Amino acid sequence: MSASVSAPVRTPAAAPASASTPASTGSVPAPTAKDFASDQEVRWCPGCGDYAILKTIQQLMPELGVPRERVVFISGIGCAARFPYYMDTYGMHTIHGRAPAFATGVKLANPELDVWLVTGDGDGLSIGGNHLLHLLRRNVDVKVLLFNNEAYGLTKGQYSPTSREGTRTPSTPEGSVDHPVSPLAFALGAGARFIGRGIDTVRPRLAGVVRRAHAHRGASFIEIFQNCPVYNDGAFAGFTARDRAAAAQIEVRDGEPLRFGRNGEMGLRLDPRRLRLEVVEPGRDGVADEEVCVHDETNRVLAQLLIAMEPPDFPVATGVIHCAPAPEYVEAVAAQRERVRAERGGAGDLDALLRSGHTWRV
Amino acid sequence: MAAAQELVKTGGRPGVRTVLSDVVVRFAGDSGDGMQLTGLQFTDATAVHGNDLSTFPDFPAEIRAPAGTLFGVSAFQINFGTGEITTPGDALDVLVAMNPAALRTNLADLGSGGLLIVDTGAFGAKNLRKAGYDRNPLENGELSEHRRIEVDITRHVQEAVAEFGLTHKQAVRCKNMWVLGLLMWLYGRDREPTVDGLSTKFAHLPAIRNANIAALNAGHAFGETAELPGETGPYEVPPRRDTKPGLYRNVNGTEAMGFGLLAASRLSELPITFASYPITPASNLLHALAARKEFGVTTFQAEDEMAAVCAAIGASWAGGLGVTSSSGPGIALKTEAITYAATVELPLIVINTQRAGPSTGMPTKAEQSDLYQAVFGRAADVPLPVLAAASPAECFDVAVEAARIATRYMTPVIVLSDAYLANASEPWRIPDVSGYEPFPPSFRTDPEGFHPYLRDPDTLARPWVRPGTPGLEHRVGGIEKGYDTGDISYDPDNHQRMTDVRTARIDGIAESIPDQGLEAGEAGAPLAVVGWGSTWGAIHQAVRRVRAEGLDVAHVHVRHLWPLPRNLGALLRSFGSVLVPEMNKGQLLRLLRSEYLIDADGLSKVAGRPFRVNELEAEIRGRAEARS
Repeated sequence: MSASVSAPVRTPAAAPASASTPASTGSVPAPTAKDFASDQEVRWCPGCGDYAILKTIQQLMPELGVPRERVVFISGIGCAARFPYYMDTYGMHTIHGRAPAFATGVKLANPELDVWLVTGDGDGLSIGGNHLLHLLRRNVDVKVLLFNNEAYGLTKGQYSPTSREGTRTPSTPEGSVDHPVSPLAFALGAGARFIGRGIDTVRPRLAGVVRRAHAHRGASFIEIFQNCPVYNDGAFAGFTARDRAAAAQIEVRDGEPLRFGRNGEMGLRLDPRRLRLEVVEPGRDGVADEEVCVHDETNRVLAQLLIAMEPPDFPVATGVIHCAPAPEYVEAVAAQRERVRAERGGAGDLDALLRSGHTWRV
Repeated sequence: MAAAQELVKTGGRPGVRTVLSDVVVRFAGDSGDGMQLTGLQFTDATAVHGNDLSTFPDFPAEIRAPAGTLFGVSAFQINFGTGEITTPGDALDVLVAMNPAALRTNLADLGSGGLLIVDTGAFGAKNLRKAGYDRNPLENGELSEHRRIEVDITRHVQEAVAEFGLTHKQAVRCKNMWVLGLLMWLYGRDREPTVDGLSTKFAHLPAIRNANIAALNAGHAFGETAELPGETGPYEVPPRRDTKPGLYRNVNGTEAMGFGLLAASRLSELPITFASYPITPASNLLHALAARKEFGVTTFQAEDEMAAVCAAIGASWAGGLGVTSSSGPGIALKTEAITYAATVELPLIVINTQRAGPSTGMPTKAEQSDLYQAVFGRAADVPLPVLAAASPAECFDVAVEAARIATRYMTPVIVLSDAYLANASEPWRIPDVSGYEPFPPSFRTDPEGFHPYLRDPDTLARPWVRPGTPGLEHRVGGIEKGYDTGDISYDPDNHQRMTDVRTARIDGIAESIPDQGLEAGEAGAPLAVVGWGSTWGAIHQAVRRVRAEGLDVAHVHVRHLWPLPRNLGALLRSFGSVLVPEMNKGQLLRLLRSEYLIDADGLSKVAGRPFRVNELEAEIRGRAEARS
């Protein structure tokens, strides 16, 4: 992270600062991943990418150090939206697309809660696109995990707003003709101050992005490429297949050169005249190491360039692509309320209010 | 004008005043003429004088319609009197018409012999043309049945404020204060509170302040000194004598609803999260609460109606009291979320300030056409409690009652108001909130034997748990829940059981609401008039009048529209006949017929305006006489 930005990194209010002894009180043993798994039978299809994401989150939870009772998972509708049922935390499985609005209400009423939102490409970007836009714009302190499988799963395989042109599904038997939306471009356009990207089965890297999102105060948005083995199997194989991953993905790290490839032999260089990135091989064709861009996650313009990269010409960017904290919505609301209270001499007096203005006695 | 005319000396003031028992005045002008402010000021002065009163602002949906047009006319009506006043009145005794458009759109409501006050200075060729007059109605004799005060108010005002160095436009804008001054003379009102109010309002604009006060005084002086035609005043409307002692203020339905929510917050010890999306005529409630942050209320202007209700539900789930507010079209958008709140069984207050529909309809006009939506408007079979306020001031108690039911029974509650109640005002005896029974909910904290759909044996309500409570981590969701575990269940018998218990829980609310009483008359009367919501005032007056003639007519007004009071069926069956007047096509009528299999008749009015007392009275008299 750039030294010029003082990021208000959160430490769990009710937990000791040390991550090694999170949430342990008295003789109660420190929680493990098992403590975050509910007793409900997981009902996703065999081989679904959701399993890997669930496992990643459950394993990460003890490390984050937030007491279980303060953790809240909120979801809308869809396969991904079943997520809260499988977490032994507080949870709300709500209605299609509206989870961001529920989450905002939860935070407004109870800012101490650690609120996570699980959504999918249909839930978050079709029916709920408006709500997601406003959650990000307001910068509500909620971590948004968008499972992108480029398909509607629970409604049996229709194309989704992230499906690529020409996608054949029961509702588009001749192939879809509309253009897909890029979740991260949408989020950045909405004013998101934290965007990241992960892949369901690349769990340590995903955990790293989620860990950073949790430390960020304000709305954080993570797109997770999630394979749907039933309706859209292999949708991301072009860059996630074991033999292609190194050349087709770049994991960005703040302050480090944007390099990728099996041995980091490739790099990204800015073509300043055309204001676009280009793939180079430092050490060949007269390209010097210094010409490779260095990732600055506070740089919004660089973030736009990185998320626009698509195979086969470019690697797919993963990791924390943008992080530039800004004032958080619920805190601002609370601050305004406290300021009004101070100006008006403390908590409101209802009896005085009712008797204010023109009154007369009979 | 019910004129018990006698000449009396006014206290300490020279001249004689004709005593009247009640008067209806309407101020009408361009939407930029300040008629609403004039009306409110006159209302305050009238309240201070001790009259009972009821007001009704009637303004166009357009914010600042083109000057002089018929659709840009804004009006404010006040009915005040010595006796009980419960409606803004029928025929006008006084019409103030600030321009030809105001005259044309309001003249039909001026009673025969009524007093017409017009600004002749606004009756130029251009304004006459805009109002559709080929000839000047002031000159062609068509107003001869009315008494008239025709004054070039524009010129008088310009002269009165000449010394303050205002622009022409600023000067002319003081016309409304001139008219207010004249009306204050006409009815013997004290100008001092108005002068104080203007001094405060324009404290930083001394020239404007002084000009407004000068215009007010000039209008008053005009009344005192001008040689007005006979029988045009001044008048005295003596104060009401049978008013219950106490401290009073004027309140409209929006203010009362806002106060009621703040009271509900205090009585429940729950902070309110009020989430709303702007819509006429409901937005003023959002404004009212946004200005009251010191009460711990959080207002959230959401991105749309769905987000508003969902945020409110989220707030309730998190342990606060979620409230959302809208009008009919917005409630339609909230329907899915309201149904969700019904199945996850969370407290929620949904306020519908009904307006004339369908769709955009007439957004500033009143209607009662969302009763079906409130009682039946769910996806699937899950009832919800529905309450309706009968008068502006009653919005206070209805808000408290909604919160009590919502928190005790863990359910959304739908509150019906309407554009008339929201904007109409009446004197309100300020309640002592400490006399209300508090109802703080008991949040569950005991993990022993807990699951989220355990039920209280009395209320059938499930436990309310504040997230953050250790050991009670749980999930709620829209998927059907197992009766015995709260877990997801697709079991057929379980769904039957859950559907039944959700219904039984709401039906059981009837155990905690008062029996249906009578506003007038007794059980067994040959005719009962049954109403709900804002028609109370008009029905009350109409029934009172026919009862004064000796006709045996009862008035029943239903406030708990779902579940209905336990005794309502028996009560309705006791009457010889039942008449249900509604500002819709017969929604309560059908509800009562289907619930109780009674042979009730409806009386429908959907003109965007409340019932007139006269039209109800005629209908009731005709039916009552036919029965006797």
